[in-house]
Amino acid sequence: MAETKPKPKLNKKAVEMRKQEPKVRAKNFSEVALGYNEAEALEEANRCLQCPKPQCISGCPVEVPIPAFIKCVREKKYAEGIATIKSKNALPAVCGRVCPQESQCQAKCIVGKMGEPISVGRLERFLADWECGNGFQLPAKAPSTGKKVAVIGAGPAGLTVAADLIQRGHEVTEFEALHIGGGVLSYGIPEFRLPKKIVQNEVNYVQKLGVDLRLGNLIGRTHTIPELMKEGGYDAVFIGSGAGLPQFTGCAGENLGGIYSANEFLIRVNLMKGFLFPDYDTPIRIGKHVVVIGGGNVAMDCARCSMRLGADVCLVYRRSRDELPARHEEIENAEEEGLVCKFLAAPLEFYGDERGWVKGMKCICMELTEPDAKGRRGVKIIPGSEFTMEVDTVIIAIGQTPNPIIQRTTEGLQSDPRHGTICVNDVGKTSLDGVYAGGDVATGAATVISAMGAGKRAAKAMHEYLTNKK
Amino acid sequence: MEVEAPDVAAKSQAGQFVIVVPKETGERVPLTICGYDAKKGTVSFAFHEVGKTTKELGCFGEGSELLNVTGPLGNPSEIKKFGKVLCVGGSIMIAPLLLQVKAMKAAGNQVTTVIGARTKDAMIMEKEANALSDKLYVATDDGSYGNKGLDFLKDLLKKEKFDHCVVMGPVVMMKEVSAITKPFNIPTVVTLTPIMIDGMGMCGVCRVTVGGKMMFACVDGPEFDGHQTDFDGLIQRQRQMLPEERLSSLVWETSGGCKCGRNKA
Repeated sequence: MAETKPKPKLNKKAVEMRKQEPKVRAKNFSEVALGYNEAEALEEANRCLQCPKPQCISGCPVEVPIPAFIKCVREKKYAEGIATIKSKNALPAVCGRVCPQESQCQAKCIVGKMGEPISVGRLERFLADWECGNGFQLPAKAPSTGKKVAVIGAGPAGLTVAADLIQRGHEVTEFEALHIGGGVLSYGIPEFRLPKKIVQNEVNYVQKLGVDLRLGNLIGRTHTIPELMKEGGYDAVFIGSGAGLPQFTGCAGENLGGIYSANEFLIRVNLMKGFLFPDYDTPIRIGKHVVVIGGGNVAMDCARCSMRLGADVCLVYRRSRDELPARHEEIENAEEEGLVCKFLAAPLEFYGDERGWVKGMKCICMELTEPDAKGRRGVKIIPGSEFTMEVDTVIIAIGQTPNPIIQRTTEGLQSDPRHGTICVNDVGKTSLDGVYAGGDVATGAATVISAMGAGKRAAKAMHEYLTNKK
Repeated sequence: MEVEAPDVAAKSQAGQFVIVVPKETGERVPLTICGYDAKKGTVSFAFHEVGKTTKELGCFGEGSELLNVTGPLGNPSEIKKFGKVLCVGGSIMIAPLLLQVKAMKAAGNQVTTVIGARTKDAMIMEKEANALSDKLYVATDDGSYGNKGLDFLKDLLKKEKFDHCVVMGPVVMMKEVSAITKPFNIPTVVTLTPIMIDGMGMCGVCRVTVGGKMMFACVDGPEFDGHQTDFDGLIQRQRQMLPEERLSSLVWETSGGCKCGRNKA
């Protein structure tokens, strides 16, 4: 009998990524996670089994060829590695940082069945940061098709569509309502999770591909979709305008000073750089006792920004810790930095002082009910369980819905009356010919990568539409 | 201030506003449009130099560049033939009011205009207002010119019947005029200018209660029914960031202003 080759011993532990110490980072806005160095990246890449039938790719909404780029890392062919990722994903520096890999590619990793899965996101980030330090390479473009496309919104979905379609030879104009590109990557996700320099690099990359980015251009007001298609001569339109409309609780006293929507708070801090006031002109006022209402990633971002601005923060969430929709890593980071949570509680009323500034809130305790058909547990009020909390700042992070301006100004565009989302089929086509939509505007608030996945599918369908259009 | 922004100018209508970002480290400031020329591709707006950003904007001379001008934002005014229209403007908002006066006249209305200011020296655009309106009244808070305060409106409304009223000015003035027109059942439209950041429905800082409902001035307005508007809530919300606004202004002035010499401390 032939001697069996000794199997290399699998290292079940992933290589940790270095982070700033909790006590230090809780006081600054610099990036928390420091990324792999070359030795760490090589060690982690060598854990990959290079499966002949890889499962990880099927876990990725944009189907990045994961084993192939990890092989490039092993062989130190970094330029080839980043090109491999960019064949499917135009924003690797962003995705390497903010994708929920634990529930996507890494959840499917074979190594993960025996130990910790391969750190796909950290390796992706390593390559993207390598490219940032070594100069960007532009991929080849298909010959011009003579077709014009308008992309609305320069967030994850819009940037993906723009980068994809321009490489397929179409002329792309991207309209962004804010004065800075990046969408939620710029206004929503904080500096310490996703440095704005990185976002700007990715936006610049899409511009270098040849996309004409027009800032401060709100479609629905500056131009409407029918105008773009008639007078503007655009052959197709993609709507990636996101979910920017904040939800409020409807509780009494919500208009008091010191009560921010998560959007207002994050826009002030991130987009307008309020944490650098007065060097930057937009102020952010924060008290000592901040309550954040909600339990998603946006709530975590608000809580962690507040701590960095010097406040004690309590998160009030109506379900329990197990139901928190935020990424695990973010919850752990926030708790390490000093976040206190009050689970199974919801606000009832806000009280103000004589100047109209919030000084307290009344809450009520909740209990979980049996899971519904989808497995999600509901909540019900425990009568008589009211309690009050002293607060001087409240941030309401209970969700965002799509902005209604485009729906109101585009005749024939079907949208869901309850959620305000634009109705699309499985490839992102709307009720109007040549008009596609994807990302949060079609699904309601979700993740960066799911928006990019929707962008990929829509871009493919739009390319087919444009190719067949006379 | 007149700026070149062809896309904005092409779509501007009375009642709308723009968001101006002067520079990279600057704020997003909402300013009501008080004129536009689609042919020239320009829009104009007026402002008092009260805070850091407006003082700084005041130093922008001919040929200067703003980082960004976004618009037109908000819903246009309802302009149609109402019959007899009363247009009341106060302080700097007289400038955009005159754009409405012009549009109301063009729609075939008979327009009576009232312009008010703190004191005689602060009165602006009287000549223009006179030329555009069928009848003009002026008023000052201290009585140094024209009528003292707005009480005379009550007598005017007793004598004359108006079908529609438009008010643009400081919140206290809009509140006062709305209270005066209410007993006469004159539909009264006020233009709200709360604190805004994005100006397109994202941040919710401009929320205001109208008819018991939460509205966003930027996308649901900026014009609302003056008889349904919670002005006191609005006044409170406008004061939210006053200490920061003062600090910003002070820091700017003590560090030498914009160095053009106009705003030296």
